[in-house]
Amino acid sequence: MKILTLNFLTCAVKACKSSAASYPLHPQEVELAKDEMEYNPQAMLNFLLRLDWAALRMTATELGFATLPEEMPTAEDLQQDELKMRQLHELLLETHVVSGKLVCGNCGHEYGIKEGIANFLLPSHLV
Amino acid sequence: MSRPEDTLVADIHYNVTESRKYTTSSRIQNVQASMTLRALELLDLSGPSFILDVGCGSGLSGEILSATPPDEGGPHVWVGMDISADMLDIALERDVEGDLLYSDIGQGVPFRAGTFDAAISISAIQWLCNAESTETSPQGRLSRFFNGLYASLRRGGRAVCQFYPKNDQQKKMITQAAVKAGFGAGLLEDDPETKNVKVYLVLTVGGTAQDGNSGDITNVVNGMEGVDVLDSRRRAREKSSGRGDIKPQKGSKAWIMKKKEQMEKKGKVVKASSKYTGRKRRIQF
Ligand SMILES: C[S@@+](CC[C@H](N)C(=O)[O-])C[C@H]1O[C@@H](n2cnc3c(N)ncnc32)[C@H](O)[C@@H]1O
Ligand SMILES: [Zn+2]
Repeated sequence: MKILTLNFLTCAVKACKSSAASYPLHPQEVELAKDEMEYNPQAMLNFLLRLDWAALRMTATELGFATLPEEMPTAEDLQQDELKMRQLHELLLETHVVSGKLVCGNCGHEYGIKEGIANFLLPSHLV
Repeated sequence: MSRPEDTLVADIHYNVTESRKYTTSSRIQNVQASMTLRALELLDLSGPSFILDVGCGSGLSGEILSATPPDEGGPHVWVGMDISADMLDIALERDVEGDLLYSDIGQGVPFRAGTFDAAISISAIQWLCNAESTETSPQGRLSRFFNGLYASLRRGGRAVCQFYPKNDQQKKMITQAAVKAGFGAGLLEDDPETKNVKVYLVLTVGGTAQDGNSGDITNVVNGMEGVDVLDSRRRAREKSSGRGDIKPQKGSKAWIMKKKEQMEKKGKVVKASSKYTGRKRRIQF
């Protein structure tokens, strides 16, 4: 699972819908892998519009990556700084969580990840 | 044609044997590919997008999303949801580029608001019509799915779901669940009244003028044949938007569309917005 996707996933438990603490999910005991993907600046700029930068910073820190700047880079920043754009591409699209779990900060539910696939099936009483 | 949907639940039907048989059949590959391309055409994406594939199975559609060339607006990045572990296994084997979630769409769509540019679903959502347990009803599952899907799409986003309704009642139940969730909805049928009929539910999420998309389903299906329109929110919007400054030429398509809108304002139900009003087409809802 790409870090990009992690920036959009929320806890699926019904009672967590209205809780701010249910996002982002917290990766734990994860194993990461790099999987190359074609660099596409146009796609990056589109995704940038919807990134939650604060959540991405938190995720990066939790995964042990270098701290991201506090301010989200603007489209212009990135267009002028190819290196920065490529780094973001590498983080968001090429870095994968292959195993571990995602934990909800509100209810504590754990979503297991195996071979990159997160298990979001819920027992029916949590739906 | 046999309908596994009527007797089995999806995660049991799509076991190892069935999932492999399904994915390696060249007939199935061709049919799924052509429906995916049709859905992409209906989504009309302008650039590389973030797409949800609902009931993605072994990734037959996803491969097309990843392979869409730049001059056709791609390549797209996608996330697939599926309830069959065996289907997902085969997707892994095929080394698809999209991310996969092992999940039941009848339980909802676990993404924050405005995540996706678009959603696609090929041959999957009819499965929602059989309740998977005694604790849930098809209506409950449909509503959780469409509410979740609606929220997960950005304003101005679209979803196209090709599905195999068992009968008209099921078609109606699914469409109404989508409309109830807030979508503008249209049904498109390719090859109607043949045994190869393909039904596409085209859904829009109200956009802003800024997106160049008023969220009006008639824009989406403009120029397409056999399309019916149902939009729960249009009337309210039209009241406030004060549109209608353009005077289209009499007899033109735009004129006909305008006519329909006017009639609708008068409270008459007008559903069709196909290319030729006089054309024979199927009307659903
Ligand atoms: C006919 S296959 C289509 C797969 C893929 N979309 C394609 O075109 O090749 C139907 C898929 O829907 C999935 N499905 C059925 N019910 C589902 C549910 N409630 N949640 C998620 N996936 C579901 C099945 O597991 C199966 O993979
Ligand atoms: Zn939770």
